[in-house]
Amino acid sequence: MDKNPAVLVLEDGTVFKGQAIGKIGTTSGEIAFNTGMTGYQEVFTDPSYFKQILIMTTAHIGNYGVHPGEIESDSMKIAGLVTKKFSPGFSRASANGSLQGFMERDAVVGISDIDTRALVRHIRHKGAMNAIISSSELDVEKLKAGLKTVPSMDGLELSSFVTTEKPYLAGNESAGYRVALVDFGVKRNIIRCLVERDCFVKVFPMNTTLAEINQFNPDGIMLSNGPGDPAAMPVAIANVAEMVKSGTPIFGICLGHQILALSQGLKTAKMHNGHRGINHPIKNLLTGKGEITSQNHGFMVTKESIDKNSEIEMTHIHLNDETVAGMCLKNKPVFSVQYHPEASAGPHDSRYLFDQFIANMAEAKMEGRDRKIEKVISKK
Amino acid sequence: MPKDNSLKSVLIIGSGPIVIGQACEFDYSGSQAARSLREEGIEVTLINSNPATIMTDPTMAHNVYLLPLEVESIELILKKHKIDAVLPTMGGQTALNLAIKCDELGIWKEYGVKIIGVDIAAIEITENRESFRKLMEEIGVPMAPQATAKSFLEGKGIAQDFGYPLCIRPSYTLGGSGAAIVYEEADFDKLLDRGLHLSPIHEVMLDKALMGWKEYELELLRDNNDNVVIICSIENFDPMGIHTGDSITVAPAMTLSDTTFQKMRDMAIKMMRAIGNFAGGCNVQFAVSPDEKEDIIAIEINPRVSRSSALASKATGYPIAKIASKLAIGYNLDELKNQITKTTSALFEPTLDYVIVKIPRWNFGKFPGTDTRLGLQMKSVGEVMGIGRSFQEALQKACQSLEIGRNGLGADGREVTDQNKLLYSLGNPSWDRLFHIYDAIKLGIPFKTIKEKTKIDDWFLRQIEELIKLERVIEKYRIDDIPKDLMFEAKQKGYADRQIAHLLRCLESEVYNKRTEMGIRRVYKLVDTCAAEFEAQTPYYYSTFEAENESVVTPKKKIVVLGSGPNRIGQGIEFDYSCVHGVLAAKECGYETIMINCNPETVSTDFDTADKLYFEPVFWEHIYDIIQHEKPVGVIVQLGGQTALKLAQKLDRYGIRILGTSFDALDLAEDRGRFSNLLKELGIPYPKFGVVESAEQALELATDLGFPLLVRPSYVLGGQKMKIVINKEDLEHHVVDILNEMPENQILLDHFLTGAIEAEADAICDGKDVYIIGIMQHIEPAGIHSGDSYAVLPPYNLGDLVMHQIEEITNKIAVALRTVGLINIQFAIKDDKVYVIEANPRASRTVPFIAKAYQEPYVNYAAKVMLGEKKVKDFKFAPVKKGYAIKVPVFSYEKFPDVNKELGPEMKSTGEAIRFIDTLRDSYFQKIYSERNLYLSK
Repeated sequence: MDKNPAVLVLEDGTVFKGQAIGKIGTTSGEIAFNTGMTGYQEVFTDPSYFKQILIMTTAHIGNYGVHPGEIESDSMKIAGLVTKKFSPGFSRASANGSLQGFMERDAVVGISDIDTRALVRHIRHKGAMNAIISSSELDVEKLKAGLKTVPSMDGLELSSFVTTEKPYLAGNESAGYRVALVDFGVKRNIIRCLVERDCFVKVFPMNTTLAEINQFNPDGIMLSNGPGDPAAMPVAIANVAEMVKSGTPIFGICLGHQILALSQGLKTAKMHNGHRGINHPIKNLLTGKGEITSQNHGFMVTKESIDKNSEIEMTHIHLNDETVAGMCLKNKPVFSVQYHPEASAGPHDSRYLFDQFIANMAEAKMEGRDRKIEKVISKK
Repeated sequence: MPKDNSLKSVLIIGSGPIVIGQACEFDYSGSQAARSLREEGIEVTLINSNPATIMTDPTMAHNVYLLPLEVESIELILKKHKIDAVLPTMGGQTALNLAIKCDELGIWKEYGVKIIGVDIAAIEITENRESFRKLMEEIGVPMAPQATAKSFLEGKGIAQDFGYPLCIRPSYTLGGSGAAIVYEEADFDKLLDRGLHLSPIHEVMLDKALMGWKEYELELLRDNNDNVVIICSIENFDPMGIHTGDSITVAPAMTLSDTTFQKMRDMAIKMMRAIGNFAGGCNVQFAVSPDEKEDIIAIEINPRVSRSSALASKATGYPIAKIASKLAIGYNLDELKNQITKTTSALFEPTLDYVIVKIPRWNFGKFPGTDTRLGLQMKSVGEVMGIGRSFQEALQKACQSLEIGRNGLGADGREVTDQNKLLYSLGNPSWDRLFHIYDAIKLGIPFKTIKEKTKIDDWFLRQIEELIKLERVIEKYRIDDIPKDLMFEAKQKGYADRQIAHLLRCLESEVYNKRTEMGIRRVYKLVDTCAAEFEAQTPYYYSTFEAENESVVTPKKKIVVLGSGPNRIGQGIEFDYSCVHGVLAAKECGYETIMINCNPETVSTDFDTADKLYFEPVFWEHIYDIIQHEKPVGVIVQLGGQTALKLAQKLDRYGIRILGTSFDALDLAEDRGRFSNLLKELGIPYPKFGVVESAEQALELATDLGFPLLVRPSYVLGGQKMKIVINKEDLEHHVVDILNEMPENQILLDHFLTGAIEAEADAICDGKDVYIIGIMQHIEPAGIHSGDSYAVLPPYNLGDLVMHQIEEITNKIAVALRTVGLINIQFAIKDDKVYVIEANPRASRTVPFIAKAYQEPYVNYAAKVMLGEKKVKDFKFAPVKKGYAIKVPVFSYEKFPDVNKELGPEMKSTGEAIRFIDTLRDSYFQKIYSERNLYLSK
């Protein structure tokens, strides 16, 4: 077995030595950890992880290879991978390749065989920070110098790197509902969840205006997930404010939830470590029920700002740290969650939120029809 | 919903004596349940007939009933106490069956008792294979093609339709009793007949055998608000075809994609919701096709705490039984805290940053002639769990925990190289298949052949192959020139110093010194349920070789208690009971207590027991490293049975203090020559004996001693290979047999006192004063192992003269051995003369029994004596003596249908029960007394 050395250097100067995986090279980004034990391929292709070096806390990664049906975008989006044990080989009859091959294809640099637990404990205490991995340059001082040029995630807009350039369609045009999806870095499974629920979806680039969207004549608007700091996206925030005013049903997920919040004058903040994993406990405050959810966010909507806003209600709370996990507008069919009801990877406990969105669209359509009828009647 | 305040008094039903398929994991769950309910201010009443349990301690429950698990006992309790609810999910199938029986008789209703933790309808559905199949069909959960048969004829018809291989599973049985895979028609009739007989309702399910499908288990918890969480996913290393209790299992699942896992999760939740509306724990088993389709098929669901949930609790740190009890009394998951972090929510799914491997422990040697192949019926008697930061490390550590004379997986010069034997074993798995897979790869048997025969997932097989490749690299070096990186890699992959020494052709100590010199040290990591995402408060550790050590040593004075490893015949739950009491007593004396054990079924490995738990093999290297790290004032070895005791010599040699009786005294009692010299000096009679090393010597000695003779190898457990012979041919045969199996072992020949009565005494001694805690008389004549005999406390027909001799001898020996702690002495009595058979200066199997019968905490007292905190005179002994207590041995013969019930000097029972009688006129006693000679073998 040929082994190449690799090194990981953190912003605070901490160094870990391990073995090279993926492409031989150098990569940098904000380091974060994900605690999921399954679904690495879905995670690595999730655009919300763009520019992030990801530590997988589970002991083995790569065991079941990669599968063409388990990608959340067309390529790996993480900036780098850090693992304990990495399997170059795999066993799964339906797999079409190894994770090593997939990483090489998408030029992702990684490091394995390091004490990931020590690393997680370290950043748990110190908070999120930047890091650099290299398997081509092992001189720590040079890497430290390189690390200085990596921008902080705070205030960084990243959606523009992963959003679609041109609008595209998904689903059947004759479907029951027309959904305009604003793509801040959408996961494919969000689209799948909508299409499965009888939606015809048109995916728009991140800064699309309400007027452009309205040409599609949508029954509802989906604000997708995505990477980066929501506060650095003024255009999107202003557009979403317009969309809310229009009264069209809106459903926001993750970054979409944060942008929706900012459009309503709420505040967002960077978290100490964020939530990344598929075991996050949420309580739905409207029903009192719990949900195990898939999460991936480093920013959050502040609870204080919701408490101060009489138009908005907190609907979901994270049970571990009592942060905001979901909200709705009191007078409009507009709601959003910080987590990922589309899962992939993760449990399916929260899929009902898509049903909720469909129900909101159905109701709005009904009302719209009623209004039209009213208009007709009044004209008469 | 918060706690249901109408429940003020709850009855917990235990699981009774240990049998195969139902072991001490239910003491763990029962104890957790009792503690969990008590802390809610609920009055806890407990019934269990197994005295060697922590759950039946007076400190665990308000009212403890050591009664047979029968309807009459339940009625007796209900008449005496106002019970609001019964929790029947903590005591395995035994407790559930009893609860169902009481329900059918209308007893719960009559006394106004609510059933919590499960509903009877749910048990009915899951146990009745026909209605379960129908329900699964309704909710769209696929199952293997199957049908039930209530008659022989019906069964034959189904078999004709399905073809072979197929599985036979009797309804309502435990641990897969009577279940079998039928490969060909010739075997079908016999197995069908057996299945129909074993099912209490005479019904069997026949299903198409999904041989080679991958097998998984999920552990679920649900609350009254219908919130469901998956605590753990477990993957079987051995594919379908081997009972999960007999399978090597791994957590988390290693080869499962998120897509398939989430499908399985959805199905499990759907199944739990479909079987009934109850709050509690549940175990669901699935099979997954190993092809592209990844079809998932449900195998079964158990709406109760199980062996797997005990394993899942230890594997994840999430105490399932404790939380399930809280859910049963009304709490919701979001109202409870994660017991490890104490800050985050109990409504979550644990995530692991390590791997656990469970390997079952079998005892086939005890049942000569039995079919040792593994199948649908569980045959193992215990299990071990290894924790590591990789599968390979966990696997090696589990192998080191087994105590089968191996130093891990391979690299110990004990490989099998007989190709035919290996090929047979790969396709006909027995206890040693794992080792044979290793051997086969090493021998160069093609990967494809191994895969075809075992059907084990490639990923697992490749992991083993990688180990062999690593060994080949290591073998190229010597201790002087092995590179640091290679040494580190070997240690990270779980290799013991002894294995590396074998590969480098040097001594274990040289490897230890070398790696220490290189700075390669064990570090300790926490089991924290959350992969380090949150700070954890619970000191539950395992070792690995990495950068950071998380186990902070406190300045407190501390002691280490060595556990008893995997359960096996001759060393079971009794020793775990003693270890737990040792820990608790040391805590009372102000010590920080450190527990080392590798048995996931036990209370000793509950992270709430000791101040610090090291879940590690009870294997020299691991223990020594912990001692080096923690620097305790001493180690208690006399509570953990032979496992702990046999480490005493090395501890002594390394200058580590053994608390209580010294190593020299332990050795004196074990070394037959030294011990009989001592008896001679003290003027104590013992049967004539001699030590031999060959069959020639044995025949010569036999002329001196005279037949019958008791023949046994020295240093063994539970009378292994012990036999009574009555002539030279038998003697020669048996001696050759022993030497063949245990080369270079010394063999003891004792003159066997035919027709003698056996008795044993347990005592506490502080080196000077002796207190005899109890004397028990066996009902069967000498010749049957003490563990297999019925025994009565106190003796029922020994005269004053005999009793006086027993007391005097016990005192003399205890003092002469300078015993500090416990001692057990076995006697044979013939013609009113008392002979000493053996003395063991350690906690015996009978101590917990006596403690329960007399209602005094003898292990606690003994531990305080060992620690030097107390003298025998400091205790006010006030045993409750009323009538007699009978120790009832319990066997698991139904698991070995081809073995005759035949008792002799080799122990075969798996558990015991206690039964109290007021007088000797008691009909139960009269019956067993009249049958006392029935099973004695030649």
